[in-house]
Amino acid sequence: MLSVIVFAGSQLLPGNVGRAILGPLADKRAVDVLNHQLGVDRPVLVQYTDWIVHFVQGDMGMSYTYRHPVTGFVVDAMRNSLKLALVAFVLVVPLSIFGGVWAALHVGRPIDRIITIFGLSTTVLPEFVSGIVLILVFAVWLQWLPISASWPDGAGLFTQIYYLILPSIPLVLVLFGYIARMARAGTVEALDSDYTRTAVLKGLPFPVVIWRHVLRNALLPTITVIATQTGYLIGGLVVVETLFHYQGIGGLIYTAAKSKDFPMLQAGVLSVGIVYMVATLTADILYSVLNPRIRYGAQG
Amino acid sequence: MSVTTTGPGTTPGTSPGASSGGSTRFKEWGENLQQLMRSPTFLAGVLIVGFWIFCALFGTLIVPYDPLETDLLSVLEPPSADHWFGADQLGRDVFSRVIVGSRDILTVAPLATLLGTILGTLLGLATGYFRGLVDDVLSRIIDALLSLPTVIVGLVALTALGSSNTTVVFVIAFGFAPIIARTVRSSVLSERELDYVAAARLRRESSLYIMLAEILPNILPPILVEFNVRLGYAIFAVATLSFMGFGIQPPSPDWGLTISDNYGLVGGGYWWTVLYDAIAIASLVVGVNLIADAIQGVLDG
Repeated sequence: MLSVIVFAGSQLLPGNVGRAILGPLADKRAVDVLNHQLGVDRPVLVQYTDWIVHFVQGDMGMSYTYRHPVTGFVVDAMRNSLKLALVAFVLVVPLSIFGGVWAALHVGRPIDRIITIFGLSTTVLPEFVSGIVLILVFAVWLQWLPISASWPDGAGLFTQIYYLILPSIPLVLVLFGYIARMARAGTVEALDSDYTRTAVLKGLPFPVVIWRHVLRNALLPTITVIATQTGYLIGGLVVVETLFHYQGIGGLIYTAAKSKDFPMLQAGVLSVGIVYMVATLTADILYSVLNPRIRYGAQG
Repeated sequence: MSVTTTGPGTTPGTSPGASSGGSTRFKEWGENLQQLMRSPTFLAGVLIVGFWIFCALFGTLIVPYDPLETDLLSVLEPPSADHWFGADQLGRDVFSRVIVGSRDILTVAPLATLLGTILGTLLGLATGYFRGLVDDVLSRIIDALLSLPTVIVGLVALTALGSSNTTVVFVIAFGFAPIIARTVRSSVLSERELDYVAAARLRRESSLYIMLAEILPNILPPILVEFNVRLGYAIFAVATLSFMGFGIQPPSPDWGLTISDNYGLVGGGYWWTVLYDAIAIASLVVGVNLIADAIQGVLDG
């Protein structure tokens, strides 16, 4: 289904691909020959079947711009994006869960208001806005971090991470609000429950109650939110990778869209869609593993 | 959405009296409004958004320079008494550009949201009310669309259609419609089981009448909240698309576009060409979301 939409989307595009590549001055016959070579003069349905069959086999077609198979570019870009996403996740998950739980433990007090309003504000900020401010402060004025995300060739793991910190922060800021909000709501609910009261009345020490009773129940919905935010994350990557000149899947989609390189664009967008669906599925599975009620419910 | 309205329509028997129902509902809206006026979040949001709306409407009359006028003598001049926020690489006054830059985004984003809300509401009413095949087919399409980030959908669509203010409005509206439809549909699903709908059916009212005149007024509050939340996202999306070069087009002094034109310069220390625009976008999105948050808070009780 997704593949149909992606394909249909890019089929709406200016009809004459050969003309777009060769430019307006090219000979009509040359354009026709190229169109034939690229296979874009065939019926749409044939093209779609051809494309999807090859895609499943790992052949995503030829890039119009580079005249090279798309697959290699997409795989490389995915690997780079994964690194960036990983850094962002490693930063945001502990931070936001801690923030949300901390706010929940101080419901109604100033610290709760501050965390909530901070989360609300950073979540709605477009990444390029926070990104540009971060570049100004940390790269231009303080000069603590590099302005671009592309590390020198052969850089080690830590250097790579060092280069990825600044680009990951805009993503962290957007995700922080969502995850912290869920963590807060879950914790507030768990704190209010009968089992927590029982645990407290049993005389268990406070940290034990929080760890064993509250958090375990509170963080279930949070895990789902984290997984579903992967889809958003990829959208954010397009912006961040453009701003920081990083060769990831987002940058690839952006460049392909700019240069009207349709096979590249289709492959990039469909890959993103697939990653998103896998993430959602993982979230569902994880949720049922962690929550026995759902697991048994499904069996019985 | 768990926004429960104790609206008059939900009690059986009052449905024929649209006028009496209207006045009770009116009172309820009045109370909500009073509650909103006491909320500092709401007032802060209104203040910020009001300021930018004022700038969008009257900005060209109050700014010291023409935002499009280039001046080779003041290229990249830092902030000074002449140019409060400095001048950009073509010598254009940054302060004037920031003020007038509110105009396009405040036209495109609300129009897109409005269109998207109308489309989404109609779609949601139809799918929720008829269920069956229509619902199944539309829900599939909605699911597939939702599995891609809005920015990417926008990017692909605008590559295909070409960018202009009009296409941006339509692309964002069509992107939002399914999301809004989903919210509306779930409200409709619970409303359609209520007695007043059954009563209307017994009176042999047409489906169209029941959807628009009976159900719609009762699900307005969640739609209003959705509109507000989406408006925040629309500003986010328009700004982002403009930054990517697929949204509002030059020579508009739009904020996202300006940042996109100038962010290559920040490495050279020309911070004033982007910082004020960044602050402007930030304040506008935060303002809109403060309002949305306050409205949601009041309706949730």
